[in-house]
Amino acid sequence: MNIQSREEGGYAIVEFDGDVDLSCSPEVRKFLLRCLAEKQNLLVDLSKVSYIDSSGVACLVEGYQTAKNKKLKFGLIGVSEAAMSVLHLARLDKVFPIHASVAACLQKDG
Amino acid sequence: MNEKRLFEVRFPAAPDRLYMVRMLVKRAAGIVGCDKQQSERLVIAVNEACMNIIQHAYRGDDTGEIVLEILNNDSQIQFRLTDFAEPVDLASVKPRDLDDVRPGGLGTHFIREIMDECEMGHLEGGKGNYLRMVKKLAN
Repeated sequence: MNIQSREEGGYAIVEFDGDVDLSCSPEVRKFLLRCLAEKQNLLVDLSKVSYIDSSGVACLVEGYQTAKNKKLKFGLIGVSEAAMSVLHLARLDKVFPIHASVAACLQKDG
Repeated sequence: MNEKRLFEVRFPAAPDRLYMVRMLVKRAAGIVGCDKQQSERLVIAVNEACMNIIQHAYRGDDTGEIVLEILNNDSQIQFRLTDFAEPVDLASVKPRDLDDVRPGGLGTHFIREIMDECEMGHLEGGKGNYLRMVKKLAN
């Protein structure tokens, strides 16, 4: 699994590529929490995620809740079919703000 | 009904072995004729079950071992996982309330949601646990 990040429109955009499972979720957690500790609004791009397990989902939930507590924005973008089916199973597809793309999120922000 | 053994594999209880488990389950699901969606769901359930063993039974000790057996007959595919850790408290293995949004605790929910039958117990002789998961196949 690879992690890439960039900044756009006041957000840190973090992109995961590959399988997000227990072998890399500690690294994913650290990365997301570091962005939030730096007071960055966060968009997590899941478009290249081929698989995500419950430990990866837990990182997203923790990121979402940490952002909420710090009054920062948090969202998911381009959620792949594989990731969406896991979020749906966890009934989190209605909890996370989900956007088709970074542009769609920025447009919504106005 | 004849039961066929599709695969049997013994592997270290380490997170970096989960990819291999997922590939094996995907292949087995393909052999018994599961469609893409059903196959993906079986992969999720077995992956989560292995994760539970790694995290909760062995508590991260990757010198422990897991045995995965995949069997099938005309009507079902069965996954049997065996570990050799201390017996787990069976009453503590239960799905949590999903309305309580918090990190963790989703694995058991995934398994129960996906599988048709699920049975967990201790190995005879005191050390180790087993989990038997069954998915009925559409004929």
